[in-house]
Amino acid sequence: MKFAVIVFPGSNCDEDMYHAASEVLGEEADMVWFEEADLKKYDGVLLPGGFSYGDYLRSGAIASVSGVIEQVKEAIKDGKPVLGVCNGFQVLLEMGELPGAMLRNKNLTFMCHEEELIVKNNGTMFTAFYDEKETISLPIAHGEGNYYCDNQTLEELKRNNQIAFTYKNNPNGSTADIAGITNKEGNVLGMMPHPERAVEKLLGNDDGLRIFESILKHWRETHAVGN
Amino acid sequence: MCKVNIYITLKEAVLDPQGKAISDSLKDLKYEGVGDVRVGKYLQMEMEQTDNMEEQIEEMCKRLLANPVIEDYTYTIEEVV
Repeated sequence: MKFAVIVFPGSNCDEDMYHAASEVLGEEADMVWFEEADLKKYDGVLLPGGFSYGDYLRSGAIASVSGVIEQVKEAIKDGKPVLGVCNGFQVLLEMGELPGAMLRNKNLTFMCHEEELIVKNNGTMFTAFYDEKETISLPIAHGEGNYYCDNQTLEELKRNNQIAFTYKNNPNGSTADIAGITNKEGNVLGMMPHPERAVEKLLGNDDGLRIFESILKHWRETHAVGN
Repeated sequence: MCKVNIYITLKEAVLDPQGKAISDSLKDLKYEGVGDVRVGKYLQMEMEQTDNMEEQIEEMCKRLLANPVIEDYTYTIEEVV
């Protein structure tokens, strides 16, 4: 499987994302500068964390209208897995590919620590290797991770089983403790916690690796010989 | 040439913890009459005058300058000599 890690000016988790996909998962991956991307060559797209365009205007806003975005939309339409972490999640929200928006954390501070998450939906192509309601632990590192959506959108998210992860102890004020959501079709996952920073037991935690393994499993199943 | 003043504010339904902190701080300074404070953005944009100017500004606000999920916007246009 071949992943593209999109690098925007100001991305800073791109190396970690690349490391998780290539060195740890063991698949092919490229770090692709946003202006030079040709996403047709790739089977999956990873939007990394960081501060694209310095978070100017709103987090993810300027990246969400940059040149590569039409190609990301194309990849989503083609059903390719697209994972956005932290700033990558903010970009997906600003693109309108995921519903809702991000606000400043409730306590107005940047937070950087591990948080316990509950796997709400293990039926997605990103979460198949987790148990339903399993508690996992992943690092968070954000100042604007307070997920907001109106009641109607929240009902829709629940009805379509789009809530993938919730916080056990909501650190940032997110609506309904939401930490990660998918699109209706299930091939886009946006999440504030960083699975790519938790992929090696040697470094203390590998709870995030199963997201990458789940993507690969899904890809292998849908690209098996004869399909 | 025109000067376009664009004001972007959080929607009523959206909590504004920054505004709350400012309001509390003003009350600490004994400005007892202070109520809710909402923090927003003010953009000054130079723009050439055209017939469909307002239409374009509306579009800019919807596509980039404001996020309609959480923000409202208003604008005024001044002619600059």
